Amino acid sequence: MTTMVLAAGDEFVAPGVKDFFLPPIFGEVTKPMVLLVLSILIIGAFFIAATRNLKLVPGKFQFAAESLYDIGRNSIAREQIGAKDFKPFVPLILTVFTFILVNNLFGLIPVVQFPTMSHIGFPLAVSVLVIYPVYHFVGFKRHGFVGYLKHQTMPPGAPWFVLILLIPIEFFQKFFLNPLTLAIRVFAAMFAGHLLLLVFTLAGEYLLFAGGITVVVAPIAFVFAIALTFLEALIMVLQAYIFALLSANYIGAALAEEH
Amino acid sequence: MNTLILAAEEGAINPVLPHTSEIILGLISFLLLLFVIKKFVSPRFETLYAERAAKIEGGIEKAEQAQAQAQQALEQYKAQLAEARAEAARIRDDARIEGEQIISELRAKAQEESARIVAQGQTQLETQRAQIVAELRGELGRLAIDLADRVVGESLEDEVRRRGTVDRFLSELDGTSAPAAK
Repeated sequence: MTTMVLAAGDEFVAPGVKDFFLPPIFGEVTKPMVLLVLSILIIGAFFIAATRNLKLVPGKFQFAAESLYDIGRNSIAREQIGAKDFKPFVPLILTVFTFILVNNLFGLIPVVQFPTMSHIGFPLAVSVLVIYPVYHFVGFKRHGFVGYLKHQTMPPGAPWFVLILLIPIEFFQKFFLNPLTLAIRVFAAMFAGHLLLLVFTLAGEYLLFAGGITVVVAPIAFVFAIALTFLEALIMVLQAYIFALLSANYIGAALAEEH
Repeated sequence: MNTLILAAEEGAINPVLPHTSEIILGLISFLLLLFVIKKFVSPRFETLYAERAAKIEGGIEKAEQAQAQAQQALEQYKAQLAEARAEAARIRDDARIEGEQIISELRAKAQEESARIVAQGQTQLETQRAQIVAELRGELGRLAIDLADRVVGESLEDEVRRRGTVDRFLSELDGTSAPAAK
C-alpha cells in the first residue's frame, strides 16, 4: 500500500504481482505466514470450543459447528467417497474445507484483507503433499500396485486402440495434473480476485485524490469494488468447497470398485 | 526512490513459483489442524451422532415394542372374548339338553306315577271285589242254610210255593250281588 500511495502522487501505477509480496513483518515472517497460523488457531479453537460440551439437542453455537462439520462429512465426503468408506476421510476433508475457506475469507476481512491462498505455496502444500499421496496411497492399498494402475488408467469397456491414446492421458492426468490443477484453481481464483479488488479500490483512490474532474467517476470505481467484494465472497466459499469436493472425489475414484 | 527499488525487486517475483518456506509452513499448519480435528473434533461429533442415532432408533424400537404389546393384548382379548362366547353357547346347549332331560324325566315319572295310581286303583278294586265276593259267599252259604231251613220249615207241601221261594231267593241274591259286580 505504501508503494501505491507514494506512486499516486505522480502517476497511476496499476497493482500487480508485487502487491502480493509485501515486505516481511519481521525477519523472514511475512503477512500470509502470520495469517496461515492465525487461520489454524481460529479453526482449531472454534471446533474445540464447539465440541467441548456436545448435547443431543444442539444449541445455536453447536448447531453452527455441526452444520459446518456436516458440509465436510455428509455433502462432500459421503457423497464423493461413498457411504462405505467415507468415515476415515471426514477429518481430512473437513480440514481441507475449513483451512481453505478461512484462508480465502481473510481476503475480505477488514485490516487483514489478504487471501492467503493467493500464494501458490499454501494450496500446493495441501494438494501435492497431502491430498496427492493420500489418494494414491489408499488406491494402491485397495487395489494392489498393478491393479491400481490399471484401475486408474484403463476405463473398462474401452477398445484397445482407444486405450493406446487413453492410458498416457489418464496416467498424466491422475499422477501429474490433478494435484497441480487442484492447487492452481484456488490460487488463480484468489490471485485474480484480489487483483481485481485492488485495481478498483486503488483506481478509485487515485481518481479521488488526483484532482480535477476525475473525482466524479471515483464513486463508480468504489461501487464496482463493493460489488466485486460480494462476488469474491461467493468465489472464496465456492473455491474452498470445490477444493474439498475434488479432494474427496479423487479419493472416492481411487477407492471405487469400478469407474 | 524507495518505491522504485521495492517495485523493481518484487516485480521480478514470479507468483506461480512457490516459495519453499511457504510450502513447509503450509504443510505443517495443515497437518497440525488435521491432527487437532482428527484427534478431538471428529471423534466428538461422531460419538454425538452415534448417540443421537441410537436415541432415535431406541425411540422407534420402543414405539414398535409398545405397538406389538398393544397388538398382543388385543389378540388376547379377542381370544378371551371368543372363548367366553363359546363357553356361553356351550352352557346354553347344556342347559337346553338338561332341560329336555328334566322334562322327559318328569314326563316318565308322571307316566309311571299315573300307571302306579291306576294299578293301585285296580288292585284296590280287586281286593274290594274279592272281599265282597268272599262276603257274598259267606252270605250265600248263610242264605242257603236259611233257605233250606225255610224250605224244610214250610214242609215242602206246595210245589208252587217252593218254586216261589226259590225264585224270591234268587232275585234277592241278584239284588245283593248286582252292586258288587259293578
